[in-house]
Amino acid sequence: MDCYTANWNPLGESAFYRKYELYSMDWDLKEELRDYLVAAAPYGGPIALLRNPWQKEKAASIRPVLEIYSASGMPLASLLWKSGPVVSLGWSAEEELLCVQEDGVVLVYGLHGDFRRHFSMGNEVLQNRVLDARIFHTEFGSGVAILTGAHRFTLSANVGDLKLRRMPEVPGLQSAPSCWTILCQDRVAQILLAVGPDLYLLDHAACSAVTPPGLAPGVSSFLQMAVSFTYRHLALFTDTGCIWMGTASLKEKLCEFNCNIRAPPKQMVWCSRPRSKERAVVVAWERRLMVVGDAPESIQFVLDEDSYLVPELDGVRIFSRSTHEFLHEVPVASEEIFKIASMAPGALLLEAQKEYEKESQKADEYLREIQELGQLTQAVQQCIEAAGHEHRPDMQKSLLRAASFGKCFLDRFPPDSFVRMCQDLRVLNAIRDYHIGIPLTYSQYKQLTIQVLLDRLVLRRLYPLAIQICEYLRLPEVQGVSRILAHWACYKVQQKDVSDEDVARAINQKLGDTPGVSYSDIAARAYGCGRTELAIKLLEYEPRSGEQVPLLLKMKRSKLALSKAIESGDTDLVFTVLLHLKNELNRGDFFMTLRNQPMALSLYRQRIEGRVAALQTAADAFYKAKNEFAAKATEDQMRLLRLQRRLEEELGRQFLDLSLHDTVTTLILDGHNKRAEQLARDFRIPDKRLWWLKLTALADLEDWEELEKFSKSKKSPIGYLPFVEICMKQHNKYEAKKYASRVGPEQKVKALLLVGDVAQAADVAIERRNEAELSLVLSHCTGATDGATADKIQRARAQAQKK
Amino acid sequence: MSFPHRPDAPELPDFSMLKRLARDQLIYLLEQLPGRKDLFIEADLMSPLDRIANVSILKQHEVDKLYKVENRPALSSSEQLCFLVRPRIKNVRYIASLVNADKLAGRTRKYKVIFSPQKFYACEMVLEEEGIFGDVSCDEWAFSLLPLDVDLLSMELPEFFRDYFLEGDQRWINTVAQALHLLSTLYGPFPNCYGIGRCAKMSYELWRKLEEEEDGETKGRRPEIGHIFLLDRDVDFVTALCSQVVYEGLVDDTFRIKCGSVDFGPEITSSDKSLKVLLNAEDKVFSEIRNEHFSNVFGFLSQKARNLQAQYDRRRGMDIKQMKNFVSQELKGLKQEHRLLSLHIGACESIMKKKTKQDFQELIKTEHALLEGFRVRESTSYIEEHIDRQVSPIESLRLMCLLSITENGLIPKDYRSLKTQYLQSYGPEHLLTFSNLRRAGLLTEQAPGDTLTAVESRVSKLVTDKAAGKITDAFSSLAKRSNFRAISKKLNLIPRVDGEYDLKVPRDMAYVFSGAYVPLSCRVIEQVLERRSWQGLDEVLRLLNCSELAFADVAKEDKASSESLRLILVVFLGGCTFSEISALRFLGREKGYRFIFLTTAVTNSARLLEAMSEVKA
Repeated sequence: MDCYTANWNPLGESAFYRKYELYSMDWDLKEELRDYLVAAAPYGGPIALLRNPWQKEKAASIRPVLEIYSASGMPLASLLWKSGPVVSLGWSAEEELLCVQEDGVVLVYGLHGDFRRHFSMGNEVLQNRVLDARIFHTEFGSGVAILTGAHRFTLSANVGDLKLRRMPEVPGLQSAPSCWTILCQDRVAQILLAVGPDLYLLDHAACSAVTPPGLAPGVSSFLQMAVSFTYRHLALFTDTGCIWMGTASLKEKLCEFNCNIRAPPKQMVWCSRPRSKERAVVVAWERRLMVVGDAPESIQFVLDEDSYLVPELDGVRIFSRSTHEFLHEVPVASEEIFKIASMAPGALLLEAQKEYEKESQKADEYLREIQELGQLTQAVQQCIEAAGHEHRPDMQKSLLRAASFGKCFLDRFPPDSFVRMCQDLRVLNAIRDYHIGIPLTYSQYKQLTIQVLLDRLVLRRLYPLAIQICEYLRLPEVQGVSRILAHWACYKVQQKDVSDEDVARAINQKLGDTPGVSYSDIAARAYGCGRTELAIKLLEYEPRSGEQVPLLLKMKRSKLALSKAIESGDTDLVFTVLLHLKNELNRGDFFMTLRNQPMALSLYRQRIEGRVAALQTAADAFYKAKNEFAAKATEDQMRLLRLQRRLEEELGRQFLDLSLHDTVTTLILDGHNKRAEQLARDFRIPDKRLWWLKLTALADLEDWEELEKFSKSKKSPIGYLPFVEICMKQHNKYEAKKYASRVGPEQKVKALLLVGDVAQAADVAIERRNEAELSLVLSHCTGATDGATADKIQRARAQAQKK
Repeated sequence: MSFPHRPDAPELPDFSMLKRLARDQLIYLLEQLPGRKDLFIEADLMSPLDRIANVSILKQHEVDKLYKVENRPALSSSEQLCFLVRPRIKNVRYIASLVNADKLAGRTRKYKVIFSPQKFYACEMVLEEEGIFGDVSCDEWAFSLLPLDVDLLSMELPEFFRDYFLEGDQRWINTVAQALHLLSTLYGPFPNCYGIGRCAKMSYELWRKLEEEEDGETKGRRPEIGHIFLLDRDVDFVTALCSQVVYEGLVDDTFRIKCGSVDFGPEITSSDKSLKVLLNAEDKVFSEIRNEHFSNVFGFLSQKARNLQAQYDRRRGMDIKQMKNFVSQELKGLKQEHRLLSLHIGACESIMKKKTKQDFQELIKTEHALLEGFRVRESTSYIEEHIDRQVSPIESLRLMCLLSITENGLIPKDYRSLKTQYLQSYGPEHLLTFSNLRRAGLLTEQAPGDTLTAVESRVSKLVTDKAAGKITDAFSSLAKRSNFRAISKKLNLIPRVDGEYDLKVPRDMAYVFSGAYVPLSCRVIEQVLERRSWQGLDEVLRLLNCSELAFADVAKEDKASSESLRLILVVFLGGCTFSEISALRFLGREKGYRFIFLTTAVTNSARLLEAMSEVKA
């Protein structure tokens, strides 16, 4: 155990930092890491590498390969890059890979190299090209910030809900800033940039110059800056070799350290634990790694290879071609227990347990010592907590064993913290496994929550592990197993090379009747992939018709939907389908469909019968109230409804809900003159109405021949003026003239004027010696053409007055 | 050509105070719920609210988003919801469903319901029934008077008409009394009060009670408004049913003026989008033509256009200094005037297109024939043809109602046949419409034998059974009857026409209906104001079936100044039309009065009949 603290490095008085290996990398990289564009997702996420051929001119013709690896270096995807030059890569919070191209287009890929979507960062970016880009995470999701060739910034705080913001100009900015970063304060993303000795803060509205308090003088340029994982702290690396650390609001300085190295560092990231007072920054150069904090000395490591730093919530991951390591501040519990010569209760308990295993009485002494101080509870808690922070299972075990040993001597120690830690560690060890490659620490795991972890496993298509974890943690089925199975099924559906039957059977075997799994959701997904047949097969397994039918309707399998709805015996459902069909099919097809489904037909009829029955009740009530007129009107309506239904069936056209007038009009418009007349007789439509109706309908049809025939069928009860009017409304002067001659003398002038025959109208008016008509004609006389007519009228008038 | 007021015409009181009052109260209510909140507004309240407090004012008082109250789940994510609604059961149920849905989802938010103009016990009962009485806080926003114009106050309660005159629901009478009370506290007591109609009487008595309860406040004040006249809509349906031919009325009939503003479509604005235009005295062009008969409007506008052009042209001969003056002082006004002018010319053209057709001429002719009471048979067959041709369901109903009122109800044979025709044309649901119309007294059937009372003008009297005439109208007097013909004679509503009626220089109020008819409501008001009592109008009251329902309360000694005595507040219960407003404005100019109008809503024939119609389009 003496060597356990061998990899602990003190920084200042109170803190230790340790670095341990997570994995030796499985990948077989052909090039040095520095030749790649690298992006590694936080929370032990995947690593994306893209050989960057655009930097060197030589290999422009060769298409680079985009490779995605798990944190342990297991290949997840590899694809030929076919689009334009990429400036920057980054992972979103949903573990989607965002590739920012030089022209401002951002391509989004899934974990397995599947292309998801793309979006553009706007015209301004397109014109000025992208100089630099950063992907950052805030509480709203993942954002993209872009520095364009014109030295302007464009920013989107959430790529899921794309809203581009063009940041204001920095006055007098001629060249690219030496370094810049994104801050997030008060829920607003800001950009901090360094130009020479000056710092500027950009927000949506303005650009303001800022100065870090207490910065040593003599700075002429900032070489690197870093923001902590939580956006609370900021570190600046100056060209004097000085590292300034302070709050991100630039209001307070924490400390300053001079490392006397003037070369710009390759990377600089914060390394601090949540709720720890220690603040430290890890700075990496080509072959040197330095941990700097509020202490006169720093910790130095030598790097054998090209390495890449990934900031995490509670530390820094460092990976290179061969290894993947984790550097973090030793947590308090571990420090207390393992610090050399520690007398903390946890340390004593661990000793006691060891002695106990050796069957030595010293165990008792240690225990007594703890008990005398009354610190046994604390000791147990310390051991449990420390176990959580251990990476090696053997250490976890020995600490947990100590905790369980200590528990025996306590009366009332709630067991759940111990049990939960055992469970959590089991899960953590499982996912840290080489094949899975998600090196989460305990604090990261707690921050991420089990739900998100499960999502990530699903995203990696590690369905069995996810299900095992759900079962092990006894998560409710709907949230856990069922959800994962549904995801699995949706994935399965997308496998195009497997036949429909096999997929459907496989899915049914796995899913069975697991509660909370909706076959219709899976079927909807299958339909989305264009596998309609598979979707129908899957729907067979869906027990709820209410879910089946709408999807079938969406897939345009309306007949199948109808028979399903009928099988279900749910009247509402049948009506849903019927109404849908009625809108979708033309009337003929609709009734043909109905004819093959007697049940639906009868339901459809029932709807009418229902209305008829209601009307019958109303009619009875009217009779009781001695309102014979209303009763009769209601009975007529009943008769009309029945008739309309018959018409609908025979003619395949909508008639229901039309008034009597409209029904007859529709019949005439469709050319069923016989039926129309029959209807008019049945309902005793007055002649006048019938004539008006027929006249309008025939004119609408522009069936002039039939109209003429009709006009001659007998003497018009409405006169012939309406004929003229309606013909003129349809702009048929020729037909109108025919009828104008038949208009009675009373209205003849009007008719002639309508036709536009002013001269003849004048003649008639003069003949009839009607003053009103004369002035009417006169008002129609226009200009030169009717000059003669006007004169004629004037003369006639004068004559009439003489008499 | 506009009629300037007589130089001694009294000044109108400043009603913008009412707006400020309502706004302050609303803000106070909103502040009662501190923090950000989403506001749900009932659709009917949106336009009035807009006139009181616009969105930026609401935003200032931490209203986050605005939603319309409609029947679907709310998408609001705010922690505080505020509802601004009319006190209707339907609205309360909607709110209850929202609250209960939140409860089911385990969500707790704050809810506040503001009822305007007042809350009803029934609403609270529903809250209790739904089990959410404790979750919701209720308040009243006593916003009952919206000044639409310098002389027009509207309560914006279009439902008043149906609620009271059809359903017999008296809930709004209290609101009316409160509104009157508010006016009297702000503008001093009304020394002289007149009224006619059941609702007018009830409102008046209720208001008096309110005054007595809170006496002392108004006692000492000098009255600003000398007279108040309350009038029920059902005293005079005829005027409301006539086609309007005064410009403002025509605009209302054609485009529907809503809450003092109108949406002019693209065909009028001669651009590709429609425009919302506020129509009131501030619109210089409109204020000159609003009261004009339509036949004058076009000439007036073209004259105006020429004047405007001349004013523009004036700048030709100007030197620099004058030009500077012109640009800085006049040009803006001219441009504004120019814009308004082009709008109104557009509107006129659109109206002309619709209304100068032969159809419209014949319609007006029929209407006048009905009012004057001759050629009834022809009019009836005109109406029948109207129905047969399916010209317009509302227009047909309007003509039928007009026929019924002027003729003391339709003869049974006509009633049946017109009804049958109507049902054939527009569907049997209108059986209910007809029943509504009968209940409201708009469209009735003569009881057999009833014809003899209106014998004079009856051309078709031979049709009815003479023997039935012996039955006196002992029980049929219970039914409401209009006796329009006799009243018309008594009050000389149909002016004797010698030659053409000159619409350019109107002689009397009949000009608002092309000189064919003096609005009954306005004539009654004129007569009563002249006599300062109902004396000598007993016969008219009897014919109006209002003998017990007319009242006059005249101050014995006149404390009021002579100026205030010429300010008259006319209260229309159930709505008034723009034609009536125009007619009274004319009367005011002639006699040196100023009229102030208070109405439950501005109405017209279409609105009136749609309120009665059971088929809501």
